[in-house]
Amino acid sequence: MTKKITLPITDEDIKNLKAGDSVLLTGTILTGRDAAHKRLFDLIEQGKNLPIDVKGELIYYVGPAPAKEGYAVGPAGPTSSYRMDKYAPSLLDLGLKGMIGKGARSKEVIDSIVKNNCVYFAAIGGAAALIAKSIKTEEILCYEDLGTEAVRRYTVEDFPCIVAIDSEGNNVYETEPPKYRKS
Amino acid sequence: MEIRRIKAEEVTSAVKKLFMDCNYFIGNDIMTALETACKNEQSPVGKSVLSQIIENDKIAAKEEIPLCQDTGMAVLFVEYGDKVVIEDGSFDEAVNEGVRKAYSDGCLRKSVVSDPVFDRVNTRDNTPAIIHTKIVSGNTIKITAGGKGFGSENMSAIKMLTPSYGVEGVKQFILDTVFKAGPNPCPPIVVGVGIGGTFERAAQLAKKATFRPIDTQNDDERYAELENELLTEINKMGFGPAGLGGNTTAIGVNIETSPTHIAGMPVAVNICCHAARHASTTI
Repeated sequence: MTKKITLPITDEDIKNLKAGDSVLLTGTILTGRDAAHKRLFDLIEQGKNLPIDVKGELIYYVGPAPAKEGYAVGPAGPTSSYRMDKYAPSLLDLGLKGMIGKGARSKEVIDSIVKNNCVYFAAIGGAAALIAKSIKTEEILCYEDLGTEAVRRYTVEDFPCIVAIDSEGNNVYETEPPKYRKS
Repeated sequence: MEIRRIKAEEVTSAVKKLFMDCNYFIGNDIMTALETACKNEQSPVGKSVLSQIIENDKIAAKEEIPLCQDTGMAVLFVEYGDKVVIEDGSFDEAVNEGVRKAYSDGCLRKSVVSDPVFDRVNTRDNTPAIIHTKIVSGNTIKITAGGKGFGSENMSAIKMLTPSYGVEGVKQFILDTVFKAGPNPCPPIVVGVGIGGTFERAAQLAKKATFRPIDTQNDDERYAELENELLTEINKMGFGPAGLGGNTTAIGVNIETSPTHIAGMPVAVNICCHAARHASTTI
C-alpha cells in the first residue's frame, strides 16, 4: 500500500510512517548535498544564522543535471546519504524533519532521527529521469556558485520514495537484505 | 602504412557524441540483464525497483536526457594508431573539448572540481577527462568512453595480495569489497576486477573491465568461470535492487588480467552502478 503525504510533514505523519512503507510526497522540499551541507554545518558550528530555514522541512540529497529546453528540471535522482552523516544530526536538531537520499546511515544519524522524531526516505538511485517527472518547479535558494550543488526548493507532486528509517529507528537496510541472504 | 592526418575537430565531435550517447542510451547488455533480473527477482520491492529502473532507462533514451543525474567523470580508453597525426591541435585537448561540448550542449551534469582537497571549485565543464592512451600499430584511433558515477566509484578498493593468497584470497577480497559496499553503490551493480600488473595497472584494468559489455566473458575459461562463480556468490548477499533486499545485487562481474611480478598479485575492484555507461567508436 502506498501512503500519500502532503507537505509540510507533521509529527503525526512521521509517527505513522513505518520502515518499508511506499510513500508519495506532494508539496515542497529543499535540496542540498556535500558542499552545501559543509557550508551550513560550518555556520552552525560558528553559531551563525543559516541562509535557509530548515524547520519543518525535508531535504533531498541531490545534485541535478541541467534541465533540457522545455523541461522544468533536469534528471534528479538521489545521491549517497552517508556522505552527509557528519552534518545531518545538527540539522535535525534545528528542526529539519527528514531526509531523502539513498543507502545506509550512521548510528549517530539514526539516533538523531529517533531523538527528534524524524524520518529518512530512500529514493531509487539511478532513476533520475523517472523521478524528475514528479518535480514540477525549482528555485535556487542559496549557494548558486556551487552549480549543481546549490540549495534549491523543489515543488513535487507524488514524489516516489520508501521509508528507509522510521522514527523508531527501524531500518530497512538492516532488516531486508538478511531475508534474502543465502550462506 | 602511410601516415594518416586527422583533424582535431573530428576527434572532438566523436568524443562529444560518445558522451551524449552513453548518458542517454543504456547498452543492450544492461537492459537485457535488467529485464531478466526483473523476471527472476524474488522480492516484490526489488521487482518494483527493477521495473522503475527499466522504465527510467526507456524514458531517458526516448527523450534523450541523462538516465542518471550523475553523468560522471569522463573516462576514455584510447587505442591510438602510431601512424595517426592530429592536425591543428593536440589529441588530449581535442578530447577535452569534446567532453566540454557534450556536457554543456548535452545537458549533462558538471561534476568535476579543480583541486581535490583545498579549493574544490567546480570546473564548470566537466574537464579534465581521464584519458588512458595505448599506442598501437595502425592508422586509426579507437575510443571507448564512459561517464563514471562516483556513488559506486567511492565503494571501490585495491589490495596488494601476495601469491600465497591464491584464487581463494582473490575471491575473498572481491566479495568483501562488494559486501562492504552494501546498498550504497546503486545495486544491481557491475563489478569490474583487475588482477595483476602493478598497483596502478590493476586499478586501470578494473575500470576497463567495467567498460566491457556484461554479456561477454573473459577469454580464459578459468577466469570466465570465476566471473560466473562470483556473480552467483554476490547475488546470495541479499542486498538486492537499491539495497532494499532481494536476489539481484549484481548483474555482471568482469575480470581483466595482466602479467605481474613474482612477488605480487594485486587485485583491484571497481564497482559500477546499474547505469554502466560506455560507448565506442573508431576514427
